[in-house]
Amino acid sequence: MIATALTTVVLAVLAIGAALAAWQSRRWLAGRPATVGVVTGLRALPGRYLVDVHHVVGRTPFNARFHALVAGGFLAALVLLVAMGVAIGGSRILWLLLALVLAIMLAGALMVRHRRRVLRPRELSQGRFARLPLSLLGFSGCLLLVALDQSLGGVMPEALALVLIAVAGAAMADLVWGVWKGPLKHAVHGALHLAFHPRPARFHDGKGRDTGLKPLTFAPAEDARTAEPGSLGVERPVDFAWNRLLGFDACVQCGRCETACPAYAAGLPLNPKKLVQDLVAAMDSQASDAAYAGNPHPGRGVGKAHGGAALPLIGHDAMIHPDTLWSCTTCRACVQECPMMIEHVDAVVDLRRFQTLELGAIPGKAAVMLEELRATDNPGGRALARRWDWAADLSLPRLPAGGSCDTLLWVGDGAFDLRVQRSLRALVLLLRRAGMDFAVLGEEELDCGDVARRLGDEATFQSLATRNIATLNARRFTRIVTADPHALHTLRNEYPAFGGSWTVVHHTALLLELITTGALTVTKPVGRSVTFHDPCYLGRYNGEIEAPRALLDAIGVERREMLRSGLRSSCCGGGGGAPLTDVSGERRIPDVRMEHVRETGAAMVAVACPNCALMLEGVVGPRPEVAEIAELVLAATETAR
Amino acid sequence: MTDAAMGNVAVLLSIGRHPVSGRSRRAATDAQALEMALALRPRRLTAIHAGPAADAEALRAYLGMGLERLTLLVLPEGADPVEALITHLRHLAPSLVLTGRQAEDGESSGMLPYLIARGLDAAIVPDVVRIGPADTPDATYGKADLVQALPRGQRRALTVTGRLIATVHPSAPPARASAFGPARRGVIEPVAAQAAADLFLSDCEHRPWRPKPKLMRVKRGGSALDRLKAATESKSGKGQLLINPTAEAGALAIYDNLVEQGILP
Ligand code: SF4
Ligand code: SF4
Repeated sequence: MIATALTTVVLAVLAIGAALAAWQSRRWLAGRPATVGVVTGLRALPGRYLVDVHHVVGRTPFNARFHALVAGGFLAALVLLVAMGVAIGGSRILWLLLALVLAIMLAGALMVRHRRRVLRPRELSQGRFARLPLSLLGFSGCLLLVALDQSLGGVMPEALALVLIAVAGAAMADLVWGVWKGPLKHAVHGALHLAFHPRPARFHDGKGRDTGLKPLTFAPAEDARTAEPGSLGVERPVDFAWNRLLGFDACVQCGRCETACPAYAAGLPLNPKKLVQDLVAAMDSQASDAAYAGNPHPGRGVGKAHGGAALPLIGHDAMIHPDTLWSCTTCRACVQECPMMIEHVDAVVDLRRFQTLELGAIPGKAAVMLEELRATDNPGGRALARRWDWAADLSLPRLPAGGSCDTLLWVGDGAFDLRVQRSLRALVLLLRRAGMDFAVLGEEELDCGDVARRLGDEATFQSLATRNIATLNARRFTRIVTADPHALHTLRNEYPAFGGSWTVVHHTALLLELITTGALTVTKPVGRSVTFHDPCYLGRYNGEIEAPRALLDAIGVERREMLRSGLRSSCCGGGGGAPLTDVSGERRIPDVRMEHVRETGAAMVAVACPNCALMLEGVVGPRPEVAEIAELVLAATETAR
Repeated sequence: MTDAAMGNVAVLLSIGRHPVSGRSRRAATDAQALEMALALRPRRLTAIHAGPAADAEALRAYLGMGLERLTLLVLPEGADPVEALITHLRHLAPSLVLTGRQAEDGESSGMLPYLIARGLDAAIVPDVVRIGPADTPDATYGKADLVQALPRGQRRALTVTGRLIATVHPSAPPARASAFGPARRGVIEPVAAQAAADLFLSDCEHRPWRPKPKLMRVKRGGSALDRLKAATESKSGKGQLLINPTAEAGALAIYDNLVEQGILP
């Protein structure tokens, strides 16, 4: 009797949950088509969960533990309950086993309660999630009593047992209704998202990292009038590919992205968690953000946003305010932290593409920059020959078409800036000192298109990329060296889609190589306390966090680490065109980062990117010195004449 | 502002040239003229370019601002566009014609709007920064309120009745960005036009542009207020206005001025 009642309740709730999940899937299936490997994806699913998801979740061990206990216990209990239902009735052993997994789940549920009621991290959403501990405790606690009693032979009055089962059923219903909206939704959608992820190469069964933006395919000009919606970026939720919508729907509102976001930390109107939730809410036909119970986009309240699956997402009264969209520095800190493997940056760029390519709705200085870029192939509208003004006395060898050299130095647009010219000079002097065979492109070097692409101007990016690739493919060299991680990322990870594949190395890797091979000798160790600020496009985008540190150690600095460093470093505010879109917040992003530097007590912060140098040097007031790593190496390898 | 007064607007758009790269682009003040026209939301807006069909692709930057179509009066290379434009505009009979103050390429004399105004027998107001239908209650056909830019940041309000040609000043509201999608979808409609060769232009010598030498100024300084005044005030009363002076009188005036500025001893 007890067993039948129990399994009936469980099976009924599960069946309704499955039906709701199927109904729910209509929302994200409304997205545009996407090609996914269904079989490979499903086969890779358990591995991706156990390796990739756990790698992220494990960064906060407490959470990892309660999640393992609760989810493991819950799933095991469900399997046992269903097995009991199918096999009719339960043996004592089965009941005892059930009691065991329920006890495990109960322990986890108590931890969840502790986190939500006692610790109360501020990034956690409330709302539906506030009921989570109650449902978990109700389900595991009540059933534990029943299972224990049954395994002891059933001393409890039957009426009481039925009441307990009813309570557990209600609690389970709350968890499973969650498939529809709320806590348990993430289990179903998270699993499907792992299987059908838009970037399968990011998992351990792929390359382990996949950060390059995906190209837009432009229809030939004759067909431009008939191109389908969504071909120039995303205007409405339904313009996203279905597996991207599925990804957003997997968000558990854990707020890890919020904690990591530099724009949020500086009080710019962007909270990546809310951004994803805005996209989730907008999948409904009559949508509003009123039910959202987490932290808002700073400076913007909750409840004013309205939208729908077929309505524009961006607008002053729409689901997402343009300031929110243009606050993002594309630093990928949110993607790095997201346990549901959501790709925020892809969403931001897709949305920006529509704003830029279809509406021309680009904020102030960014629009001016793009127009100059289209007319002159550099963002400042200057003559390309002037990129080399700083090297007038260095007589840099130029690599003509058809020519060859060992190392090609790509200087980037920083070369137009006085501050960056200083570090470029240091790099050139180091290459000379080490006796390298290197050359530059001269006036043939165009902007690499990084900023244009992050601002959504895929057309200008592709125009620059194809011309740069033609220039580079007309020359022979073993590798490209650059001091600009943005150029590095674009050339290394995004040009291959357009037919350009070369070995691209960052100057920190090259300088380390020169020191370890003895081409450069450290004569004057720096001896000062230095902390290293990882550029997002070198660290998170390319995984290169070791070489700069080894290089600093080699030149004898006393290296200190910021709380947020390496792959979890915090952005300087210079990426994604953010200095151009210049959305104002409570503070400036580089000021926040300089705070992190100050906390280490280091006398100096070493940077390895022209943008970082400019952003951090722009911090006013007394502050640690900012030095480009090449400048430090130059001073440390000075040879007596 | 879909007033009768602003019912029929034409914008004349030239192909610009970037001063550094020399690449063709939308001309800066023409784009601002189009911006002004779009902001008026006229009942009918006609955008016109007169020139060789081969250069037409550069016009797409204007289409990217949200124009659906653009009329191209096809002229042979090196032809004078003025007559063709006058003929076409007579036929269109717009109440307002907007254009930039000066082309970035070709003769770039800034004369075209004046010649067209003469040809159409219309009023011309140069260097406009704002335009709107007159807000008098009896706003009749073709009455417009304008704000005109004068040197040194000064502004003058004007009301104009009748057909009007206005050229746009660089300090007018900036042109919206041009977007790739609409630029590709927009239609350029070629219309055959008659035009004579521009004999003046073909006679001219072409030289690369170089920046105008800056005027040397002496006697700077004084308080911040003095400098602000010097930068913003128009010096009415100072200097002299010579109308049709003899060569000697003109030279003498320049000589005196140079001495006064301390450039000559
Ligand atoms: S987007 Fe990812 S990291 Fe951010 S709240 Fe959702 S699940 Fe958490
Ligand atoms: S990419 Fe960086 S700035 Fe943009 S939402 Fe994510 S964490 Fe915030």
